[in-house]
Amino acid sequence: MTGLLSLTTFAPLLGVAAILVLRLFARSDDEKTVSAGKWIALVTTLATLALSILLVAEFDPANPGFQFAEDANWFAGLHYRMGVDGISILFVLLTAFLMPICIAASWKSIETRVLEYMIAFLVLETLVIGVFCALDLVLFYAFFEFGLVPMFLIIGIWGGKRRVYAAYKFFLYTLLGSVLMLAAILGMIGVAGTSSIPELMVYKFDPALQTWLWLAFFASFAVKMPMWPVHTWLPDAHVEAPTAGSVILAGILLKMGGYGLLRFSLPMFPQASEFFTPLVFAMSVIAIIYTSLVAFRQTDIKKLIAYSSVAHMGFVTMGIFSGNEAGVQGAIFQMLSHGVIASALFLCVGVVYDRMHTREIAFYGGLVNRMPWYAAVFMLFTMGNVGLPGTSGFVGEILTMTGAYGVSTWTAIFAATGVILSAVYALSLYRRVIFGELTNPALAEIGDLDWREVAIFAPLIASTLYLGIYPAAIFDLTQASVDNLVALYSAAIGA
Amino acid sequence: MTPQLLVTIAVFAPLVAAMIAGLSGRRIGNVASMALTTGALFLSCAIAWTTFHGVIWGDWPAKFTVHLLPFINIGDFQSNWSIRIDTLSAVMLVVVTSVSSLVHLYSWGYMAEDPSKPRFFAYLSLFTFAMLALVTAADFMQLFFGWEGVGLASYLLIGFWFHKPTANAASIKAFVVNRVGDFGFALGIMTVFWMFGTIQFAEIFPRVTEFATTGWFFAGHWFHAVDLACALLFVGAMGKSAQFFLHTWLPDAMEGPTPVSALIHAATMVTAGVYMVCLLSPMFEYAPVTKQIVTLVGAITALFAATVGLAQNDIKRVIAYSTCSQLGYMFFAAGVGAYQAAMFHLFTHAFFKALLFLGAGSVIHGMHHEQDMRKMGGLWKYLPVTYAIMTIGTLAITGFGIPGTDIGLAGFFSKDTIIEAAYAAGQHNPVAFFAFLVSLSAAGLTAFYSWRLAFMTFHGKPKWAHDDHAHADAHGADDHASHAQIETHSEPLPDDHAHGHGAHKPHESPLVMLAPLVLLAVGAVFAGYAFVEAFVGEERNAFWRGAIFNAPTNQVLEHAHHSPTWLHWAPLVVSAIGFAAAWFYYIANEGMGARIAAKKGPLWSFLYNKWYFDEIYEATFVRATRLLGDLFWKVGDQKIIDGLGPDGASAVSYDIGRRAGLAQTGYVYHYAFVMLLGVLGLLTYAVFQWQA
Repeated sequence: MTGLLSLTTFAPLLGVAAILVLRLFARSDDEKTVSAGKWIALVTTLATLALSILLVAEFDPANPGFQFAEDANWFAGLHYRMGVDGISILFVLLTAFLMPICIAASWKSIETRVLEYMIAFLVLETLVIGVFCALDLVLFYAFFEFGLVPMFLIIGIWGGKRRVYAAYKFFLYTLLGSVLMLAAILGMIGVAGTSSIPELMVYKFDPALQTWLWLAFFASFAVKMPMWPVHTWLPDAHVEAPTAGSVILAGILLKMGGYGLLRFSLPMFPQASEFFTPLVFAMSVIAIIYTSLVAFRQTDIKKLIAYSSVAHMGFVTMGIFSGNEAGVQGAIFQMLSHGVIASALFLCVGVVYDRMHTREIAFYGGLVNRMPWYAAVFMLFTMGNVGLPGTSGFVGEILTMTGAYGVSTWTAIFAATGVILSAVYALSLYRRVIFGELTNPALAEIGDLDWREVAIFAPLIASTLYLGIYPAAIFDLTQASVDNLVALYSAAIGA
Repeated sequence: MTPQLLVTIAVFAPLVAAMIAGLSGRRIGNVASMALTTGALFLSCAIAWTTFHGVIWGDWPAKFTVHLLPFINIGDFQSNWSIRIDTLSAVMLVVVTSVSSLVHLYSWGYMAEDPSKPRFFAYLSLFTFAMLALVTAADFMQLFFGWEGVGLASYLLIGFWFHKPTANAASIKAFVVNRVGDFGFALGIMTVFWMFGTIQFAEIFPRVTEFATTGWFFAGHWFHAVDLACALLFVGAMGKSAQFFLHTWLPDAMEGPTPVSALIHAATMVTAGVYMVCLLSPMFEYAPVTKQIVTLVGAITALFAATVGLAQNDIKRVIAYSTCSQLGYMFFAAGVGAYQAAMFHLFTHAFFKALLFLGAGSVIHGMHHEQDMRKMGGLWKYLPVTYAIMTIGTLAITGFGIPGTDIGLAGFFSKDTIIEAAYAAGQHNPVAFFAFLVSLSAAGLTAFYSWRLAFMTFHGKPKWAHDDHAHADAHGADDHASHAQIETHSEPLPDDHAHGHGAHKPHESPLVMLAPLVLLAVGAVFAGYAFVEAFVGEERNAFWRGAIFNAPTNQVLEHAHHSPTWLHWAPLVVSAIGFAAAWFYYIANEGMGARIAAKKGPLWSFLYNKWYFDEIYEATFVRATRLLGDLFWKVGDQKIIDGLGPDGASAVSYDIGRRAGLAQTGYVYHYAFVMLLGVLGLLTYAVFQWQA
C-alpha cells in the first residue's frame, strides 16, 4: 500500500484546506462557521486516526525494516523518503489518537480565533507525524523544526497570562539544540554522502567524529525530552499553554526527543552512546529524584504534573541508554504510556480549570463530594502516574529499571527511589484536590463530568488499562525492530 | 467443571462483582451491590475449600497452572497472567476467601448506616481479587501486580471516610511506606531476572543451587548471589507485613472501617510477606545470611510490637500492634527454616485475629463508636455474645491449651510449634536462640495486653455511664444516623451526638454481625487441632506435596517435635504470668493501670509513644523531603538553572558591555553553576566507577 503513509501524514492538511475554504466564504466570527470549523477539524483528525489504524493493521510485525517506504526526488538533489518501522508506527498511532481528543477538549474552552486554532492543530499533526515517518535527515529536520511554529503559536496566542515569557524560554532552549543539530546533520551528509536515514543507520562513523555528532544531537533531544538540567522551560510552557496544548506537548512533542535518541543516537553513534551512557544515566536519575521532589512542593496543579513528566522522561532516557531489550522496549512503552497518562492528567486539570479558572491546589479540596466520577477518573490516572501495576505506567518503569540494572545497579537503585517519590507527590496532590470536606464556598455548585468530557476520557481510560494489562500487544509490534536495533548496537560496541 | 475453570471463576468472581458494584452501584442499589459482592465471595469461598480438598486429599492434580494471557513478553522477561495452584496457594485461597466472605457479611450490619455502601463493598471485593491474584501468581510480575493491587485497595479503604483528615493521612502513609518496601522488592525482582534470566518461579526454583555459592556485584560490592536477591525481596515483605522500621503505617491504618482492619490489616494482606517468604523457600533455603536477617527482624518486631501494645488505649491499636507482633512470629519461624510453622500460624492467626478485630468492631458498634478502652468497662453484661467470642479470641491468641494433650485453641498449636522450632534451631544458632527467648517473653506480653484489653473493655466498673440512662435511651433510635462515618479514636461526635460519649447504653450487635463472629470462633477453637498434623506434623509431606521446600540439611521441624517437656509448659507459664499481671493491674487493683499511665514515667512514655518512631521519621525523612524539594525548586531551578539559562542569558548580554571580565562578574549564580557542573561530573565519574 504505497502512499498510505503520505496520505496519513498529510490528511490533516485536507482539513486545513477545508477550513480555509470555509473562511473564504463565511464570516469567521459567525457561530455556525466556528462550529463547522470545529467539526471539520474533528472529522479530519478522526479520519487520520482511521488511516493510522489501517497502517497498523497492514503493518508486518515480523519485518524489522522500514515499511510503507516511499522515495521520491524532492528538489536540489534532496529526497522525500518516508517509512515506518515497529518503533515509529506507535508514535504515529499515538499522535493520531491524541489529536481528536485535543480537538474535543478545546470544544468549549477556546473562544477566540477558533478557526485559526484548529488550523494550528491540524498543521501540527501533519508535522509531528512527519517527524516520525521521515527517513531522510533533511526532511526530518524540516518536520522537527517547523513543528515548533504551531506550538509557539498555540502557547503564544491562546496561552495564559505569562505566555510571552514561556514562549521566549521555550524558544531559547530549543534554539540552542536546533543550531547544533543542524550543524551535525550537515556534517553527517558531508561525511557519509547521503541523507538517507536507513543508510546512515548502518554507516560506521569514525568514533572521534561520533562524539561530536552525538553531543550535537543530544543537545537538541535533551531539551525536547526534557532532561535535567534543561527542563525548566517545560513547567512554564505547560502552565501557560491551553489544555489541549499541554496534551500535545506532554503527549507527543516530548516523545520526539526520545524517538530521536532511538533513531539517531543509538544506531548511528553507538560508540559515542556507550561512552556517554554514564552521563545520561546520571542526568536521568537526577531528573527522576530531583524533579519528583520539586513536584512535591508545587502549589499549581499543572506545574506539579509538568514536573512529574520530567521525572517520567528520566526513565525513558535511562531505558534507551541501557541498550538492552528490556531497557529499550521499556523506554518505548514508557513514552506511549506517558503520552496517555500525562495527557489525561492535563485534561483532568483542564476539567476543573474550565469551571473555576484557577489551578491553585489550595483553592480546591473535597471535590469528591460534588464530582464523584471526576474523582474516580482522576484516581485512575493518578495511579497510572504512580506506576501501579495494572496500569500502563508500571510496565515502562519496571522494564527501564530492569534494563538499567543490567548495565549499572546503582542507576537502578536511584531510579527505584522515584517509585517512592512519585507516590508521595501524586497522592498528596490527589488528597489536597479531591479528598476532605468541601470548604471553599466557590466550589459549592461545581458540576461533575459532562458527556463530552466522559467521551474524552473514555478512550484514555481504556488505553491505560489495556496497555497495563496486555502490554504484550505493543511488544509484539515493536519486537522485531527493537531486536534489530539492540543487536546492531551490541555488535557495534562489542558487548 | 474442570479444576482449571473452577479456580478461574474463584479468582475472577470478586473482580466482576467489584466492577459491577463500583460502576453501577447507584443504579442497581445498595442491596443488590451488597448481595452481589457477598454472593461472589461465598462462591469463591466454596470453590477455595473445594480446591483445598481436591489438591490435598482429592483427585485433583497436586499442582497445576492455568495460563490466561501473556502479560510482558520481552526476550527472557516473560510473564503471564496465570493461576498457579498448589497446597501453598490453596491454603491462602481458603484463608483469603473465608475471612473475606465473612467480613462481607459482617459489613452488612456494621456499615448499615453508611451512605456509600456500594463503594465499600466494591473496594472489599477488589481487594479480594488482588489478593487472589497475588497468591496464585506463577511469576514475579503477577506477584508484584497483586502485591501493589492489595496496596491500592488498602489505600482506598483506609481512606474510605475521606472527610477525615486523619484517614487521608493514614492512607497516604500506608501507600508510601509500602512503596519503600516495594523499592526493595522491585530491585529484588531485577536481581532475580539478571541472575536467572527468567522471572518464572517454576524455572527459577530448580536452578537456585547454581547460584548457591556464586557472588553477585551490586551497588559496588560483591554479595552472595541468593542472599542478595532474597534480602531485597524481604524488604518488600517488611513493608507489606509491617515489620520493624517499616511498621509505622499499620497502626495508623486503623483509621479505616473495622471490617477492613480485620480483613486486610490482620488476616490477609499483611500476611502476604510471610506467604512470599514461604513461596520462595527454594530460594531462601540457600540464603543463610538472609535467613538470619529474617529471623532477627521477625524477633525484634515480635518483641517491639508487643511492648508497644502494652500501653495503648485505643482498642483497635492494641490489636494492630498485636498483629504486628504475631507477624514477627511468623517471620522468625520462616527465618529458622520452619516455613510450615509460619504458614500454620498464618492460617490460625487469620481466624482468631479476624475474630478479635470483628469483635472489637462489635464493641465499637455497641459503644456508639467509642474506641478508647478507658471509657469502656463492664460491657460483658450488655454484649454477652461479643464478650464470649472475644474471650475465645483472647484464649486463642494467648495460645491456651494443655501441654501434652490435644486440647487447646488454635494459637496453642501454631505458636507453640514456632517456639519449639526456634528452640530447636537455637541450639546451634545464636540468632535463632535470641528469637526463641523473644518468642517466650513476647508470649507473656501478648497475654498481658490481650487480657488487659479484655478486662478494660468487659470487666470492672463501667466508665461510660456518666449521664442518666433515660435520656440516653430516648435517643437510642436515631443515634446511628451517621455513626459509621465517625469511627475514630480522636474525632469528636457530630452535633446530634453532642450529649457526650457515655450517653448511650451499649447494645449487642445484630445477628448479621454475630453470625460471622461465631463462625470465626469455631475456626479459632478448632483450626489448630484439626490441622496441626497436616501443616507441621507427621503428615506434613503428604500435605504440602513439595509446595514448601526444605533443604536436606534443614531438620528444624523434626527437631522441634523432640523438644524437652519443660518447653511444652514454658509458653503456658509465661502466658499465665501475663494473665496474672493483667488481672492484678486491671481487676484486683482496678485503676492502678490508669494511675501508672497518669504518672507518665519514661518507660511508659516510651511505649505509649511507640518508641518515638513517628517523631523520628517526621524529623528526618519527611522533613528532608520537604526541604530538598524546596531547595531544588527555588534554588536549583529558579535561581541557578533559570538564573543562568534563559533569564541569565539576557541579563548577561546586557551586562557584558559594562563589566570587564566574565570571571569576576560577581554573579553568585555563576559559581553555583560551576558547582552544578561539578556535581554532574562527579556523578558521571561515580557511575563509571560503579560500572567497572
